[in-house]
Amino acid sequence: MCLAIPAKVISVDGVCARVSIEDVEYTASLLLLDDVKPGDFIMLHAGFAIEKVDPVEAAETLRLLNEMGNYRPY
Amino acid sequence: MIQKDKNIMLGHGSGGRMMHELIETLFIKHFGNSILNDQTDAAILPVPSDEIAFTTDSFVIDPLFFPGGNIGKLAVCGTVNDLAVSGAEPLYLSVSFIIEEGFPINELEIIVSSLAQEAQKAGVLIVTGDTKVVNRGKCDKLFINTSGIGRIRKENIHISKALNIESGDVIIINGTIGDHGMAVMNARESFNFRTSVESDCTSLNRLISAVLNKSHVKFMRDPTRGGVATVLNELAGKTGMGIEIEESSLPLRNSVKAMCEILGFDPLHIANEGKVLIVAGEQRASEIMEVLLNHESGKESSVIGRIVNDHAGRVVLRNQTGGSRIIDSLSGDQLPRIC
Amino acid sequence: MKYVDEYRRKDLILSVAEEIRTISKKEIVLMEVCGGHTMAIHRFGLDSLLPPTIRLVSGPGCPVCVSSQHFIDTAMAYSRIPDVIITTYGDLIRVPGSTTSLENERANGSDIRIIYSVLESLEIARQNPDKKIIFPGIGFETTAPATAAAIIKAKQENISNFYVLSAHKVMPPVMKALVNDGVKIDGFIAPGHVSAITGISIYDELASSYGLGVVVSGFEPADIMQAVLMLTAQIESGTPKVEVQYHRVVNKDGNRIAQKAMKEVFEYRNDQWRGLGMIPKSGLMINDTYSSFDAEKQFSVEVPESTEPKGCICGQILRGLKTPLDCSLFAGKCTPSDPVGACMVSGEGTCATFYRYRV
Repeated sequence: MCLAIPAKVISVDGVCARVSIEDVEYTASLLLLDDVKPGDFIMLHAGFAIEKVDPVEAAETLRLLNEMGNYRPY
Repeated sequence: MIQKDKNIMLGHGSGGRMMHELIETLFIKHFGNSILNDQTDAAILPVPSDEIAFTTDSFVIDPLFFPGGNIGKLAVCGTVNDLAVSGAEPLYLSVSFIIEEGFPINELEIIVSSLAQEAQKAGVLIVTGDTKVVNRGKCDKLFINTSGIGRIRKENIHISKALNIESGDVIIINGTIGDHGMAVMNARESFNFRTSVESDCTSLNRLISAVLNKSHVKFMRDPTRGGVATVLNELAGKTGMGIEIEESSLPLRNSVKAMCEILGFDPLHIANEGKVLIVAGEQRASEIMEVLLNHESGKESSVIGRIVNDHAGRVVLRNQTGGSRIIDSLSGDQLPRIC
Repeated sequence: MKYVDEYRRKDLILSVAEEIRTISKKEIVLMEVCGGHTMAIHRFGLDSLLPPTIRLVSGPGCPVCVSSQHFIDTAMAYSRIPDVIITTYGDLIRVPGSTTSLENERANGSDIRIIYSVLESLEIARQNPDKKIIFPGIGFETTAPATAAAIIKAKQENISNFYVLSAHKVMPPVMKALVNDGVKIDGFIAPGHVSAITGISIYDELASSYGLGVVVSGFEPADIMQAVLMLTAQIESGTPKVEVQYHRVVNKDGNRIAQKAMKEVFEYRNDQWRGLGMIPKSGLMINDTYSSFDAEKQFSVEVPESTEPKGCICGQILRGLKTPLDCSLFAGKCTPSDPVGACMVSGEGTCATFYRYRV
């Protein structure tokens, strides 16, 4: 229950944010999220930004995943 | 004179003066050739010495105008491609219009002009046609039917029949998938996504004849409604062979991929109007690819899979993460989902 | 695509799979309760990467599948009222009610429009002041806030022709109900986007009182594999707890604004889950303050008695007790184009997913 996709914020205009996924652009509602700035990534679900993507945590998750493979030859 | 009328009226279809003016100032003006200009009840055509290929298609697309084309352009591409993927050289088209009363004439002219341009590009003549006008509400703005005649050489007749398909044969496509369906859906719905996706609709006869002149193919079909998945399932069903597709080999525009992820669509099920699936012997792959990649309609061609002996009658996709899944035909329309 | 492709890398997925194989000794059952997880597991063939000691089962994570026949029939009945426009998510359009579907009704002349965002319904309401716009609201806590926000906005803008028929549901009661029912589960792969809204304390009782591991997981294949690894590690070490894998989106308190919107508009009610029966305090209904937007209060329609189709074992499938392959109707009488039971109706239901992705 969950089809949400990470989208990059291009601009913010009040309770709306212009976001892009690849070159697809959409005006997402910010009625459920505040403190959003251009350059942020949000999760887009059914037309709403429902949460921000934390780049630090994202990198950390990847680091952990990468590490798992480090001592195995693949 | 026609310039007074802004919209199509019932009189334009009734066979009288209004209809003749419409034909002269719109259809003949754009389609004109020696056969059509005669305006006989039937076009008289020379019979080629080979076999004749004959196809028909009706176009009821909504919206009429979409990024990359309109119903007129599509009406030529659809029928020309049906002939071309069967191995025939398209020669003549008929074009019939069913127009809803009140349809704006300037829009009709844009559509007719596109149709004419595409026909010229494909090298086919529009030799006969028909015009009907129905009461408001009795058809959705405009429907077009095109029928096409082509000539087909004996050595190409097998192409549409899926005979002699063997394990190891390769499956090739001439470019990115899902563009047309996505462009149309985006134009039609109120979802408000802005994207550069355009319909890929184009006539493929020149591309295909270049391939047939240089090499040999075992089977061709165009993956229109239902997408690549549906054609491959038909092929697997008909031959009793299995088909394996590599997900990483499927040409896919980033924007189409993104739209599919957002809405929950599978690009393998989305319609294409400028694509041909080619099955050929493994040893033919590189020469066919060379022809395709050097043609404007084949720059993103790719070998996407092969015929196999396993999982008879089923199409299996090997995805980039190493897993596999079965690809079924499309059942019903694809629908955007939130779940 | 950023924050998507990196988590689909084959090497990462396979190295997590290897790690899981190394630590997995006990035979365990892990349940996911989110259609998005069901889809991803099958789309990327993740269960084939797990050792035979770990069994993944799908629970009632598809909100379309668990919406009652009564709800579908009511939406259908609304569509036949003159001057009504039904605006719906695509997921609902083909779901069969007792006698028909929204798709069929559209073919019969009802004005039924597919939307991507509930805010499109508001726009349609503004543009058609003489019509009544009804939105059937499905979805769990990921989607309910959007409906709440739309209702709040409608009130602020004095839009008086917009109505919601709520079938929204919440997750924790059904997860507890499954465990109470005795379904054998060792851990839950918890829904990442529901949790992004609710925060993670909703799962505490499952870990503390029931001794189940809960890991809140993202939806890319590497996320799910990492979540399985975390659950396996918990269970192997006998330390079931609530953990988050999906750190980049989920923070422990959730989305306060979304929670506030839901509290503002909805209250809990006992709700009927198709295939599972009545689960207390598991549904969201529109409260009195916003009752003028509640379709159930504003429209009265006749709806047939709903019956479960013969031979359908969706209830057992939704509980993870049986698989689609155990069902006599599966892939015969019950297919995605002609669904009989709840699990096949949505593209994301267990049976529909099985049908599309099985090899």
